[in-house]
Amino acid sequence: MLKYILKRLFGMLVVLFLVLTITFVIVRVAPGDPAALMLGPDATPQDAAELRATLGLDQPILVQYGKFILSAVQGDLGQSLFFHRPVLSVIAERAEPSAFLALFSLIISIVIAVPIGIFVAYRRGGVADQGAVSTAMLAASVPSFWTGLVLQRWLASDLGWFPASGYGGPAAGFLDRMGYLVLPAIVLGIVNSALILRFTRASMLDVLGEDYIRTARSKGMSEGRVVMKHGLKNAAIPIVTVVGLTFALLVSGAVVTERVFNIPGMGSLVVGAVLRRDYPIIQGTLIVVATLYILINLCTDLLYLLIDKRVRY
Amino acid sequence: MTAAASTSEDPGLWKTLTARPAVLVALVVFGAILAAAILAPWIAPADPARMSVRARLSPPLGDYIFGADAFGRDVLSRLLFAGRVSLSIGLGVAVLSTALGIVIGLAAGFFRRLDAPLSRLIDAMMAFPDILLAIALVAILGGSAANVVLALSIVYTPRIARIVRAATLVIRELPYVEAARALGSSNLSIMVWHVLPNIVSPITVQATFIFAYAMLAEAGLSFLGVGVDPSIPTWGTMVNEGRQYIDQALYLILFPGIAISLAVLSLQLIGDGLRDALDPRLAKDV
Repeated sequence: MLKYILKRLFGMLVVLFLVLTITFVIVRVAPGDPAALMLGPDATPQDAAELRATLGLDQPILVQYGKFILSAVQGDLGQSLFFHRPVLSVIAERAEPSAFLALFSLIISIVIAVPIGIFVAYRRGGVADQGAVSTAMLAASVPSFWTGLVLQRWLASDLGWFPASGYGGPAAGFLDRMGYLVLPAIVLGIVNSALILRFTRASMLDVLGEDYIRTARSKGMSEGRVVMKHGLKNAAIPIVTVVGLTFALLVSGAVVTERVFNIPGMGSLVVGAVLRRDYPIIQGTLIVVATLYILINLCTDLLYLLIDKRVRY
Repeated sequence: MTAAASTSEDPGLWKTLTARPAVLVALVVFGAILAAAILAPWIAPADPARMSVRARLSPPLGDYIFGADAFGRDVLSRLLFAGRVSLSIGLGVAVLSTALGIVIGLAAGFFRRLDAPLSRLIDAMMAFPDILLAIALVAILGGSAANVVLALSIVYTPRIARIVRAATLVIRELPYVEAARALGSSNLSIMVWHVLPNIVSPITVQATFIFAYAMLAEAGLSFLGVGVDPSIPTWGTMVNEGRQYIDQALYLILFPGIAISLAVLSLQLIGDGLRDALDPRLAKDV
C-alpha cells in the first residue's frame, strides 16, 4: 500500500510539473510581445522594454522557464501587475468567499442529490425516478448564471429573503459575510447536484443488482438495512469519486456565480485580471486551482482505501 | 423478405434513436432551433441591429413578440441571429476538439512510447476547470469568435483524446489488427482503416456532449464579458446585456436563457440516445 501511495504521489508531481509548464506556455505563446500585451495599446516602446526587463522577458526562453519553475516550486508565483504585490497573497485574500461558496454548495448538492439518488435507484423506473432524472438533466442544461440571475431577482430583490449581492462591508462579521453566500451556494448547489444525483443513482443501480444484495434479502434483512448497509457502502466509491471530480465544475460555476452576486472571490479576481491584462494573476490562479484539483483527487483516491477494504493497490 | 429480415436484426440507427419519445422530442426541438438559426436572415421580423428610441424596453406581446431591448432592438430577431453565432461556436468546438482529440488519442493508444507523456499531459489539461482555462486562453488569444472556438477546443480536446486512447488500447490487441499487420499494413493505415471505424460510436456520443458543453461555456464567457466581442449578439451576450435591466425587463434575460437551455438540453438528450443506440454495451442509466 505504501508503494501505491508513493507511486501515486510521484505521478501527482509529474502532473503538477506539467500544469506549471502549460501555464508558462499559455502566456508565452501569445502572439506578439507579452509586455506590450500586458500594458495595452497606450504603452510606449520604452515602457514595454522596462516591463520586459522586470519580468525577465529579455532572457532566453529556457532561462525564463527554469526561473519560473524554480520560483513556483518555492511558492513565488510572481508579482501582480495591477496590485503590485505577490500573486499568492492577492489570491489568498480572495480565497475566503470562494472556498466557503464551494464548500456550502458542495454540502447542499450532497444533501439534495445523494438521498434522492439512492431513493430513485431503489424505485427504478417509477414516476419519482423519471422525474428526478429529467430534472437533473434540465438542471445541468440551464446556465448557472441564468439560474443565479432569476433567483436573485425573485428571492432577493422581490421577496427580500436573501441579500441580493456583495459580501458585506469591510466591517461585516464572519456570520454576516456567510449570509451573503447562502443564495449563491444554493444556485451552485442545484447545478452541481445534477451530476452527483446521476452518479449516485447509477452506482446504486449497479450495486443493487449484485448477488450479495439478493443474499442479504433472502436472509430476511430489512429493506432499509439492505439498501443502507450493503448498498450504499458499496456504491460509496463512485460517489466519492464524483464528489472529487465536481470540484472542477464547482470552480467553473463559482467564477460565474461570483460575478452574478458581486462576490469578491477568486472568480471575480480572474475576470478582473483579464480586463486589466494582469497575466501573472491569471497564471497564478490557474496554478492554484489546478493544484487543488490534483490534491483533492489524490485525497479521494486515498479515501477509497478507508471506505472499501477490498481496494488494495 | 430481405428488407424485413434486415430490420429485425438491425433496426437502424434512426429507428432506434426515434423510438424513445424523449430523444424524438429532442431531435425535433434541436432541429427547429437549428432551422431557425440558419433561416434567420429570411424569417427574422426585423434587422437585429436596428435601434428605435420609441420601442425602448417595450414588453413582449406588443409590437414586438418577444419585446425590445434597451436600444429598442427586436429581441426575437436578435435571438435568431445570436443562435447562428452560439450554435456555430458549439459546432466548431465539437468538430475541432474531436479532430485534435482523435490525433492525440490515436497516437497515445497506438505508440507505447508516446502513451505515458501524452496521458500525463491529458491529466494535466483536465486539472484546469473548463471556464477558467478558457478565460485564460481567450485573454491571451483575444476575444474573437474564432479564438473562442480555438480556446474551447483546447479545453475539450483531452476529453475526446482520453476516450480514443482507451478504445485504441483495446482494439490494438484484437486479432484483426494483428492480421492486418501480418499482411503488411502500415501503422497509419491500421489506424485509419481498422481502429478509427471501430471507435466512431463513442466519439460521436462524446462530440455531441461537447457541442452542448461548449455552448454553455461560450454563454458563460460572454456573460463574464471575456468571450466574443460584446457587439456580436450571442445568447450569452444577450443575457449579459439584459441583466442591467433585470428589474424592469426580466424577459430580456428570460428568452436567451431559455434558448440556451433548450439547445443544451436537447443536445444532451440526443447524446444519451446516440449512446444507447450506437453501442448497447455503453448503455447505462447515467
